Amino acid sequence: MEGRCGEGSHTQSPSCAAVRSRKPCMDTGKHREKASSKKTEPRRATRPSSSDTRGLNGTSTEKRLRYSDCDYTPLCPLLSVAALSLCTRFYRITEPPHVCWDETHFGKMGSYYINRTFFFDVHPPLGKMLIGLAGYLTGYDGTFPFIKPGDKYEHHNYWGMRGFCAVLGSCLPPFAFLVVLELSHSTPAALITASLLIFDTGYITLSQYILLDPILMFFIMGAVLSMVKFNHQRLRPFSWSWWLWLLLTGVNLSGSLGVKFVGLFNILLVGINTAWDLWRLLGDLHLSLVDFMKHLIARMFGLIMLPLFLYTTIFAVHFVILNRSGPGDGFFSSAFQSRLIGNNLHNATMPEYLAYGSIITLKNLRIAGGYLHSHWHLYPEGVGAHQQQVTAYLHKDYNNLWLVKRPNSDDFTWNPELIRHGDIIRLEHKETTRNLHSHLHEAPLTKKHLQVTGYGINGTGDPNDLWQVEVCGGKKGDPVKVLRSKVRLLHRSTGCVLYSSGKTLPKWGWEQVEVTCSPYLKETPNSQWNIEDHVNPKLPNISLHVLKPSFLEILLESHIVMIRGNSGLKPKDNEINSKPWHWPINYQGLRFSGVNETEYRVYLLGNPVIWWLNLFSLGLFVVMVSLCCVALQRGAKLGGTKKAHCQVLMEGGGLLFLGWLLHYLPFYTMGRILYYHHYFPAMLFSSMLTGLTLDTFLQNADLLFSPAVSKYILRGGQIVLLVGILHSFYLFHPLSYGMNGPLAHDPTSSMAGLRWLDSWEF
Amino acid sequence: MQGVKLPVTVKCEINVLLIAVTVLGLLTRLYGIHIPASVVFDEVYYGQFVSLYMKRVFFIDESGPPLGHMILALGGYLGDFDGNFVWNRIGAEYTSNVPVWTLRLIPALCGSLCVPLGYLLVVELGYSHFTALGASLLLLMENSLIVQSRFMLLDSVLIFFLLLAVVSYLRFHKAPKSSLWKWLWLFLSGTSCAFAVGVKYMGLFTYLLLLGLAAVHTWHVIGDKTLCNVKHLNTIVVVRFLVLVVMPALLYLGFFYVHLILLYRSGPHDQMMSSAFQASLEGGLSRITQGQPLEVAFGSQVTLRSASSKPLPCWLHSHKANYPIRYENGRGSSHQQQVTCYPFKDVNNWWIIKDPSRQSLVVSSPPRPVRHGDIIQLLHGMTSRFLNTHDVAAPMSPHSQEVTGYIDFNVSMPAQNLWRVDITNRESDRDVWKTILSEVQLIHVNTSAVLKLSGASLPDWGFRQLEVVGDKIYKGYQQSGVWNVEEHRYGKSHEQKERELELKSPTHDDISRNLTFMAKFIELQWKMLTVRNEESEHKYSSLPLEWITMDTNIAYWLHPSNNAQIHLIGNSVTWTLANLALFIYVLLFLTYLLRRRRKIEDIPEACWEQLVLAGVVCSGGWVVNYLPFFLMEKTLFLYHYLPALTFQILQIPVVVEHLYTHVLRSPSQHKAFGGVILAALCSVYFCYRIFSPLTYGQPELTSEELAALRWRDSWDILFRKR
Repeated sequence: MEGRCGEGSHTQSPSCAAVRSRKPCMDTGKHREKASSKKTEPRRATRPSSSDTRGLNGTSTEKRLRYSDCDYTPLCPLLSVAALSLCTRFYRITEPPHVCWDETHFGKMGSYYINRTFFFDVHPPLGKMLIGLAGYLTGYDGTFPFIKPGDKYEHHNYWGMRGFCAVLGSCLPPFAFLVVLELSHSTPAALITASLLIFDTGYITLSQYILLDPILMFFIMGAVLSMVKFNHQRLRPFSWSWWLWLLLTGVNLSGSLGVKFVGLFNILLVGINTAWDLWRLLGDLHLSLVDFMKHLIARMFGLIMLPLFLYTTIFAVHFVILNRSGPGDGFFSSAFQSRLIGNNLHNATMPEYLAYGSIITLKNLRIAGGYLHSHWHLYPEGVGAHQQQVTAYLHKDYNNLWLVKRPNSDDFTWNPELIRHGDIIRLEHKETTRNLHSHLHEAPLTKKHLQVTGYGINGTGDPNDLWQVEVCGGKKGDPVKVLRSKVRLLHRSTGCVLYSSGKTLPKWGWEQVEVTCSPYLKETPNSQWNIEDHVNPKLPNISLHVLKPSFLEILLESHIVMIRGNSGLKPKDNEINSKPWHWPINYQGLRFSGVNETEYRVYLLGNPVIWWLNLFSLGLFVVMVSLCCVALQRGAKLGGTKKAHCQVLMEGGGLLFLGWLLHYLPFYTMGRILYYHHYFPAMLFSSMLTGLTLDTFLQNADLLFSPAVSKYILRGGQIVLLVGILHSFYLFHPLSYGMNGPLAHDPTSSMAGLRWLDSWEF
Repeated sequence: MQGVKLPVTVKCEINVLLIAVTVLGLLTRLYGIHIPASVVFDEVYYGQFVSLYMKRVFFIDESGPPLGHMILALGGYLGDFDGNFVWNRIGAEYTSNVPVWTLRLIPALCGSLCVPLGYLLVVELGYSHFTALGASLLLLMENSLIVQSRFMLLDSVLIFFLLLAVVSYLRFHKAPKSSLWKWLWLFLSGTSCAFAVGVKYMGLFTYLLLLGLAAVHTWHVIGDKTLCNVKHLNTIVVVRFLVLVVMPALLYLGFFYVHLILLYRSGPHDQMMSSAFQASLEGGLSRITQGQPLEVAFGSQVTLRSASSKPLPCWLHSHKANYPIRYENGRGSSHQQQVTCYPFKDVNNWWIIKDPSRQSLVVSSPPRPVRHGDIIQLLHGMTSRFLNTHDVAAPMSPHSQEVTGYIDFNVSMPAQNLWRVDITNRESDRDVWKTILSEVQLIHVNTSAVLKLSGASLPDWGFRQLEVVGDKIYKGYQQSGVWNVEEHRYGKSHEQKERELELKSPTHDDISRNLTFMAKFIELQWKMLTVRNEESEHKYSSLPLEWITMDTNIAYWLHPSNNAQIHLIGNSVTWTLANLALFIYVLLFLTYLLRRRRKIEDIPEACWEQLVLAGVVCSGGWVVNYLPFFLMEKTLFLYHYLPALTFQILQIPVVVEHLYTHVLRSPSQHKAFGGVILAALCSVYFCYRIFSPLTYGQPELTSEELAALRWRDSWDILFRKR
C-alpha cells in the first residue's frame, strides 16, 4: 500500500481532477460510510476508505485521485512531535512557585468559579471556567487569593491549572503538523512547522502558566485543523467524516470565541473559507439547487447554529455557577443583581413607593449605566461652571446616596407624602449636601448637552435645582414605584432631561462616566433611571420581587458590559505601550517574573531566530506566490510537480496567509491597550506558512541548479534549518525555563551576549 | 430612450448640454459668494493659514497636507490680500482689506466644475447622455454641495480632484491602444490623484480605489495572450506604475517643497519643531542661534532642550528653591535644589559644561571639544549648583531617581555629579558634541541612570514645571531621554557676577546651518501625523451613522441682527434617492451574480461588465469614502460625508437607466417609470428651492417659516429671540 501511495504522489493534481469526477466520488462516499462506520477511530477511518476508492474506480482520471485519497498520516513523526512538545512544555512547569504576570487575574477568576462568587471580566467565561475546573479536579480549593504577581503559592495546589494549560499548549505543534501536512502533502514541511513551534521560547513560556492564551490557541488551531480536514472531505459530502469535521469546526469556533473575543478573527477566517467553498459549489452546474441548499443548510447548522448554541450554553453555565454576590455586581442592572445571593436586592424589602424624605440611589437604565454620583471635587477651570462634579459611577458607594426633598421646604415632620408623576422635587446629595443642579453651560464632553453640577450649601440652592419627576408610560398622579418604574428627571427651568452619555471623563473626573442634561427629549435608556436603594423609616418595608430578567437579557447585558470594558482599557499616558509593528520583529517581550539580579526571572520573548525566519518567509512567500500567479496568468506551461507546488502555494499558503492577516491587521485599528502576547495566534499561522514556503522553496532549487546539486541543496537546507532551530533553542532556553544570577550585560550571565536588541529586558 | 432622435450634429448637442450644466453650475455656486461678508464656520480655521501664507510665516496644521491651504492662499494672492485679519470668531465682519470674493472664488469654481464632471463620469461609464444629464442635475441641485462650495473650504476642491481623477482614468481605460491621448489621460489621472491627496488625506481612499481598479485592469492586460511581446508588456506595466504610483508620490513631495519655500519665516508653531528645523527659519531661533560655535567644548555655556515635546517642549532648568523635605504623601526627599524642565526661555536654563579634572569654567584656547563618551559635570549658571542624581525616589515618579542641584548638607550624602555624554546620532565613536545637531543622552556615572523628562508636572512647590528624573531602567531609544544643545556660547568670564551678566546677554556670531529638504519633509510630515490636538466633541459634530439619514446639520452662519442664516443641510429627496439607488444596486448586483454563477444570463456580458464598473466607481467610491470613518477617533462633521455622497448620487441615474432598459420591458411600464423619474426630479427641484434660503443665507425667513423647515427634530435651526 505504501508503494502505491508513493506512485500516486508523482501524479498529483488533486483539485482539478476532483471537480471533474464529482459524481462517482459521491457514490463512493456512500460505500465508505458503510465501510468506515465499523471503525471507531476517526483518523484511521480514511485508510480503509482509500483502498475502497481504488477498488471501485479504475479509470485513468480516477487514478489521479489516489494521491489525495491515499495520503495517510505519518505516525512516527507525529508521535515524536507530540512527545517533544509535551516534554518542552512540562519541563520545570512548577517553577517558579509564585504568581507570574496575569496568573494574578486568571488564577483569581478560576478561584471565583470554585467559590461561586460573581465577578466581571472583559473576556467571555470559557477559558476561566476551564481553569477553574482544572483546579477543582486537581484538588485546588479556591482559597489562594492571587493578590499580586510574586506571591508564593506555598501549600496550594497550583500545578493542576498550569498543567492543564500546558497540555493544551502542547497540542499546538501536533495540530500545526497535521494542518501543514494536509495543505502541502509534504512531511518535511510539516516537520519544519512543528519544530518552529516546539522550540520557540515564546510558545513554551506562554503555555506554562495559568493564562487564557494556550486555551485560546488550542481552540483556534483546533478550528483550523478541522476546517482543513473538512475541506479535504469535499469529494465525499455528507459522509460521516464530513459531518464530523464540520461539527468539530463549529465546536472549536465556539470554544475560541468563548475564551476571548479574538476568536472572532478565527470565525472570519472559517467564514471566508466557507463562503469560497459555497461559491465553488454554486458554480458547479452538475449540482442541483436542492443539493446546493442542502450544503448551505448543513454549513449554517454546523458553523452558525451549533457554535451559537454552544456559546450561549457556556454563558448559561457561567451564570448558573456564579450565583453569589461578588466584586462584579455594580456593573449590572438592578434586575440582574437580584439574582445574586448576598446582594442587597436579593429578596429585598424596602418601601414600595417613593416619598419625600427618602434616601435613594438612582441607577441609569442604559446597559452598564452607573449610579448617579457626586463627590467633593469640582469641575476644573474651563469646563463649564466651577462647581461640584456630578457623574455616574459603576461601583456601590455611599456617595451614590441622594435625599428627596420638596421644592420649597426641608421640613419632613409630618407624615410622609408620596411623590407622584409630575411633581417637582429637589435632590440633595447626602454626603456633600449639595443639590442636583443644571444650567446653561456646555457639558464637559457632550457639547450639545448642558452641564449638571452639585450646587448650594446645606441644601439651599436656587431655582435651577428643581426637577420634575416623570414616570415613563405614566399619567399625572401615578406614584413612583421603587425598582420597577422608569423615571425621567426634567429640569424645570431649561426643560432638559437628566442624561448619562456613557462617555468616560478624563483624569479630573476620576474616569467616571459623564452625566449631562440633554435638550433632546427622546425617550432612551440613557435618560431613564430607576430607584434602586430606598430608605425611609416612616414607611413600611415590603418584600419586593424584582422581575427576574430572562436569560437572553442577561446574555445581551453581559456582552455590552464586556465590550464597554474592553474599549475602556485605554493605554495610560506616559506609559510605553506595545505597538503592533513591534510584534513580528520581536522588538520587545514581556516580563513574566522578576526584574533584577536576585530574582528568578522569566521573560516572554519569541526565539529570535525563529521569529526572524518567519518574517523572512512571509516576504519569500509573497514573492513566490506573485511569480506563480504571473506565470499562470501568462499561461506558462508548468510541469506536473511545478504545477502542484503552485497549487500548494496559492491554496494552502493563501489560506494560511489570510489567517495571519486576519489575526494581525485588526490590531492596528484597535484603540485599546495592546500587549506583545496578542501576536501569538497570528504567529501560529506565520509559522505554518514558513514550513510550507521553505519546503516548497527548497524543493524548487532545480529551477536554478542542476538536479544533482538541487538534491543536496534540499537535504542541506533541511539540516541547516533543523540545526539552526535547535541551536537557537539551546541558546535562548533560559528565557522560558528561568534565569538566575546576573543580567545579560554581565559576561558571567547565562544570557551573556544574547541581548541582540537593546529593547529586550533580560 | 432609443426612440429619441438626436439631432444630426451630435457632437454639438453634447457640448451644448455640457455647457448648459456648467453654466448652471457656475450660476448656483458663484451667485453672490461675497455675501455674507463675515467669517463663515471653518473659514475661521483656514483663514488663519491663508494669512500666514500671505505673511510667509511657518505653521503646522495636522489636519491635512499643505496643498489645500496653498490653493486657498492662491485666492488671497490673486486678491492682493495682505494677511491682516484676526481670525478668531465665526461671524466676525470682514474688514475692507480682505478680498472675500477672490478668497471664495477657487472653491466655488471647483464646486461648479463638479457638475459637468459628474456628467462626463456617467458618460464614461457607458451610459446615455440623458442619464448623464440627470446625474449632473442631481449634483447641481444638491444644497449641501452648494453650501460647501461657496465658502473658503476645501471639500469642494477635494471632490473636484476626485471626480477628475476617476473621469480621466476611465477615459484612459477606454481610449484606443497606445494613442498619445491615452497616456495624457493617464497622466492627468495620476496628477489629480496626487492633488486630491494633497488637499486632504481623505483623498487617499479614492486614490486606493483607483489603484485597485487599475491593478485589476493591468492584471487583465498581463493575462492577454495576444500581447506576445514581453518587452512591450513590461513597458505597459512599468509606465502605469510610474504614472499612478511614483509620480503622485513625487508630486506630494513637491507640494511640501513649495510649502517650505513659501514659508520661510518663524512663527507660532516653531516650538513644535526640532532646534535644527527652527534654525532653518528666518527670525525666531535662527536669530539667536546664528553664528553660535558649532562644537560644544569644556567651558561652554549651553541650554539643553528635551527632544521630546510631550507634554511640552522644554529646557533643562533649575532655580533657587529646594525640594520639600516631605511630600504630601509623606515620602521624604533630599531637600536639595530642584531641577526641572521649563517650557519658556529663561536665564535659569543656562548650564556650564565643566571638565571634572579641572577647575576652569571658561573655554581654553584652543577649545577642547566634548566628545562621545567623555565624562562631564554640568554647573547651573545662575546658582552654581552641580547637576546631581542619587538613589532617592523622584517626587512624582517614585520608581526613578531624584535629580537635584547638589547642596552639601553634611548628612553623608556625597555629590554624585559625573555624567557621561552619549551621542545617540553619532557616526563614529569619537564624534564631537555639536550644537543643535547632536542628540545626547546624559548617563549618570555612579548609577547609570539616564537624565529624562518623566512627563509628569510638579505641584505648586515646583511651580508646576515639568519633572526631570534619572531613569535606572531606561531602555532603547526614548525621546524623553534625549537632549540637544540649543543656545550655546563659549564662556569667557571667570567671576560669578560677570558670568551672570554674560548669561543674560544674547549669543551671536556667524555660521548658518541648513537642513536638507528631505530631512525637513520627514520631520514636518511626522509631526503632522503624530501631533494630536485634544479631541473633544464640538457642538455640531456628529457620528457617521447619522450621516446616511442626515440626522444632523451644521449651522454655518447667523446674521448678527436678524434670522438670515446658512446651514449645511442637504437635499433630503436626493439623499433618500441615493440611499434607495444604492440598495437597489446591491440587490440587482447580487441577483445577477448568483444567477450568472448558475449560468443564467439575464443581461448581455457587455452590459454586466458596464454595471460592475459603474458599481465599483459609484458604490465603491461611497464605501471607501464612508466606512473608514467608523474607525476614526477624531471629531467628525457632516461635511466629511460629502465625497461619499457625491459618488452615491452618481449611482442614482446609473440604476435608473439600468432599470429602464433591462428590467422594465413593456412600453406602459416605461411610460410609468418616465413619469416617476420626472416626479422625482421635480421634487428634487422643489426641495432645493425650499431650502435655498438656508443655503444662500438670503432672503431672511420668519420664525414660523424656519420652524416649518425643521423637518427633523434633531436639526439645530437657530431662532433669534425678538
